[in-house]
Amino acid sequence: MNELALHILDIAQNSIRANAGLIEIRIHEKPDDNLLQMEIEDNGKGMSPQQVEQAANPFFTSRTKRKVGLGLPLLKQNAEQTEGSFQLHSEENKGTQLQVNFGFHHIDRPVLGDMAGTLLILAANEKQAEIKYSHETPKGQFEFDTRDIKKELDGIPLSTPEIRKFLNEMIRENLEQIQISE
Amino acid sequence: MNKIKSLADLKKLKEEVQSKIKLREKGDNPDNLIQIKVSMATCGIASGAKDTMNYFIEELDHQGIDALITQTGCMGFCYAEPTIELTMPGKQPVIYGYVDKAKAQEIIDKHIKLNELVDGIIPVSYKTIDE
Repeated sequence: MNELALHILDIAQNSIRANAGLIEIRIHEKPDDNLLQMEIEDNGKGMSPQQVEQAANPFFTSRTKRKVGLGLPLLKQNAEQTEGSFQLHSEENKGTQLQVNFGFHHIDRPVLGDMAGTLLILAANEKQAEIKYSHETPKGQFEFDTRDIKKELDGIPLSTPEIRKFLNEMIRENLEQIQISE
Repeated sequence: MNKIKSLADLKKLKEEVQSKIKLREKGDNPDNLIQIKVSMATCGIASGAKDTMNYFIEELDHQGIDALITQTGCMGFCYAEPTIELTMPGKQPVIYGYVDKAKAQEIIDKHIKLNELVDGIIPVSYKTIDE
């Protein structure tokens, strides 16, 4: 996977599967410190210490449909390739926090990609988990919270074509405003 | 430069959309809708499931076909990603493998519009060798 947006789409599904009510996604772009930081935090069912230890092992998964679980290992590999780091903390029945650092100027750093598409797919998840996204760059900050959107929409589904199109443009335009890279 | 969109604009749009939705809602029982589930775990995402899903959403909206398109977890057919599960109203679900944009178009044109099955169906009875 060569886009940060795809990794987020992938990893956040873990939170949805863990019955999280709220998933917070935070991106910090700090080119001066050569750092692109991504944090994902949820209040789902968490993992046992053994599971945390095994999580970055490609041959470990909590699923029964198949025997490999590549989501976290691929992300870890991508981070380490850019001289970054990968930290996973979890507490059972409390939630999970993931912090991944990438070398901002490293040639192998994944680009941001289609974040609007990712957020819209995540926002319409079937378990009604709320998504809070914040993105900070030296040029500014953008926040997107499905709770605010849902309040505004007052019962109209997020998947309505007109609403989807609007939200897509809204996220895209706001991110373009503060974008420095790419 | 245009002003960037904000939550306040959303409020305006909501009022426009609301009246349209009321008309649509009458037939909005999920059982009467075409349902498409796109498998979206690591394997699906890495193979382009996101593009497939967006294509279905855009194309069906463009053609004015009402459908419920959702993402789902891994269906266990990782070798054939992106996979989708298509349920026509009142019919058994059908799983298609290797659904890229061209395949998606074929499925819309033939299966959804004309109710003709398309090549590439994964039989329900298929199991991996290990199971």
